Amino acid sequence: MSGLRRALSDGLLVAGRNLRRVPRIPELAIFAIIQSVIFVLLFAFVFGGAIPLPGGGSYREFLLPGIFVQTVFFACVTTAIGMTDDVNKGLIDRFRSLPMARSALLSGRALSDLVYNAGILIVLMVSGLAVGWRVHTGVLEFLAGAGLMLLVTFAMSWIGVWIGMNVPTVEVANQVGFMFIFPLTFVSNIFVPPETLPSWLQPVAEWNPASVLTAALRQLWGNPNPYVADGLPAEHPVLITVAWTVVLLAVFAPLGVRRFRALSR
Amino acid sequence: MDAVVAEGLVKTYTTRAGTVRALDGLDLVVPEGAVLGLLGPNGAGKTTTVRILATLLRPDGGRATVAGHDVVAEAQAVRASIGLSGQYAAVDENLTGEENLVLFGRLYRLSKADAHARARELLEQFALTAAARRVVKTYSGGMRRRLDLACALTGRPRLLFLDEPTTGLDPRSRNALWDVIRDRVRQGATVLLTTQYLEEADALATSIAVVDHGTIIARGTADELKAQIGGERIEVVVHDPAALPRAREILARDAGDDCRVDDRARRIVVPAHGGVLRLMQILRDLEAAAIALDDVGLRRPTLDDVFLTLTGHAAEDGGNGAGAGNADGGAP
Repeated sequence: MSGLRRALSDGLLVAGRNLRRVPRIPELAIFAIIQSVIFVLLFAFVFGGAIPLPGGGSYREFLLPGIFVQTVFFACVTTAIGMTDDVNKGLIDRFRSLPMARSALLSGRALSDLVYNAGILIVLMVSGLAVGWRVHTGVLEFLAGAGLMLLVTFAMSWIGVWIGMNVPTVEVANQVGFMFIFPLTFVSNIFVPPETLPSWLQPVAEWNPASVLTAALRQLWGNPNPYVADGLPAEHPVLITVAWTVVLLAVFAPLGVRRFRALSR
Repeated sequence: MDAVVAEGLVKTYTTRAGTVRALDGLDLVVPEGAVLGLLGPNGAGKTTTVRILATLLRPDGGRATVAGHDVVAEAQAVRASIGLSGQYAAVDENLTGEENLVLFGRLYRLSKADAHARARELLEQFALTAAARRVVKTYSGGMRRRLDLACALTGRPRLLFLDEPTTGLDPRSRNALWDVIRDRVRQGATVLLTTQYLEEADALATSIAVVDHGTIIARGTADELKAQIGGERIEVVVHDPAALPRAREILARDAGDDCRVDDRARRIVVPAHGGVLRLMQILRDLEAAAIALDDVGLRRPTLDDVFLTLTGHAAEDGGNGAGAGNADGGAP
C-alpha cells in the first residue's frame, strides 16, 4: 500500500473508532444539542424582543445562522477534549507504537469531529425550522452555506488538536476551549447587530471569523443581515470566510503536528 | 540473533526543578527467544527504556536496534515487529473488547476478515469471549490487562514489551496474567518485561537486569542474582527492645557485616546461610540466652534486599525518599 493510501485508510479507521464512541457516551452529543437549543430559546424569546434589527426582519431568522456558527466554533472544544483524553489514557501511545500512519491520529480526529458536528448541525437546523427560521434562496445556496460551515468546522478542529495537545487534562481543555470561543462568538454579529457595539469594537466584530461566517450564511440564505458600514467583510463575507479558513489551517495544523512530534522528545 | 540491542542509551528530561537524567548510558541485550526482566524501583528508568525501544521516545544519546532495525532511523519497521502492553492499560474503554482487538488488528495491517478472526482467537485464548461484546469500562482490572496484552499480540509481533504488566492487580488476576505470559513464552515469544517485583521477574524471566539511576547495575539469572544477594534471610523480632544487642550478637555470629537491625520494629535480618539448619541453630541459641521472640521466619529476598546489597541504598519509591522503612537500622 502506498503511503498516501495507508494514511487515508488509517485515518478512516481512527475516525471510525472516534465515531463509534459517540453513542457510547450519548450525554456529550445530547448536551451539545441542548446547549445550543437553550441559546436559541434564550435569545429568541428572552432578549429577542429587546434587540431591534436595523432594516427590520425577524430576530429569530437573524439569530439562527449565528447559533449554527457558534456550534461550528464549539468543534474546537470537542476536538480538544477528545485529543486530551486519548493522550492521558495512553491510547495515543498505543497508536504510536503501531506500524500505522502517524498523520491518521490527527486527520482521523479532525474527520470524525467533522461528521459529529455535521450531525449536531442537522439537529439544530431542524429545531431552527421549528422556531421559524427559513432558507429563502435555493438549494444551491443552502448547500454552499452548509459547505462553508463544514470547512470552518474542519479548521476549528485543528485548533482543537493544538489545544488538546497543550493542556494537561480534559477539564482544562474544556476551559481553554471556551475561553477561546466565547469572546469570538460574543464580540460578533451573532446575537446583536454590530452597530449596537461600541465603535472601537465594531471593526473587531466585522472581521471576526465568527461574524464573517454568520454574515456569509445570512447572505446565502436570505436571512436578515445588518451591517454597520460597507467594507470587505460586508461585501464579500464568503470570500473572507474562506480566507480565514486557509489562514487558520495554515497556522494551527502545523502547530498541532509539531506538538504531536514533540511527544517523542 | 539478538532481538534487542541497546548501547549507551541516554535520556534527559528538563523539568522546572532542573534536568533529570532518566537514562545514563544504559546497555541491554535481549537474545531471540529470551525473557529479560528489567527490575528496578519507580524512577529507575525502566519505562523510559521501554518507551525508547518501542519508538515512543527518541534517545538523547546512544543507539538501539529492535529486531535488527534502528529505533530512530527505522522506527516504522520496529513498530511492525513489536507489541507493547503498557503500565496503564491503553485500550479504549468506550469500545468493546472485540472492537478494540479488531481496530488494533486492522492498524497492524490485517485485512478486515483476518482482524475479526484474530480477535476471536485472542478473546478465546485470554478467556474474554463471554465479555467480547461488552464495553471495556465494565471490565475488571485483570480483564483489562488481559485485553491490553491481547491487543499487543494482534499483529503477531516477534517481540513483546511488557511495562509493569501486573502492577496494581490482585494476586489472583496477577497469577492468571502470569500464566498467559508464560504461555506466550512457551510458544517462543521474545519478551522484555519491566517490574518492581523480584518475585515477578523470578516467575517469568530467564534472565534479569537490575536498573538503578538509569544504568544496569547487575545482571544474571534469578538464581545468580539471589546467590549474589545472599539468598534467603532470617528475620527475627524480639519482644524486649533491651534484648536487641544480645540477639544481634547471636544472629551476627556467622553473618559478618551483613546484619540489619531495625530498632523501632525490634527486628534483625541476617542472610540465611545454611537455610533451615541455621534458623534452628539461631533459635536454640536465642532460647539458651532467654531472649523472648515475637516473630521469626525465613523469607525470600525482596527488591529492598537486592538494592541494599547492590547499591548500598534502599529502593526508593519514585523519589519521595520514603523507603519501606524496614531496612534502615544497620545499613551502612
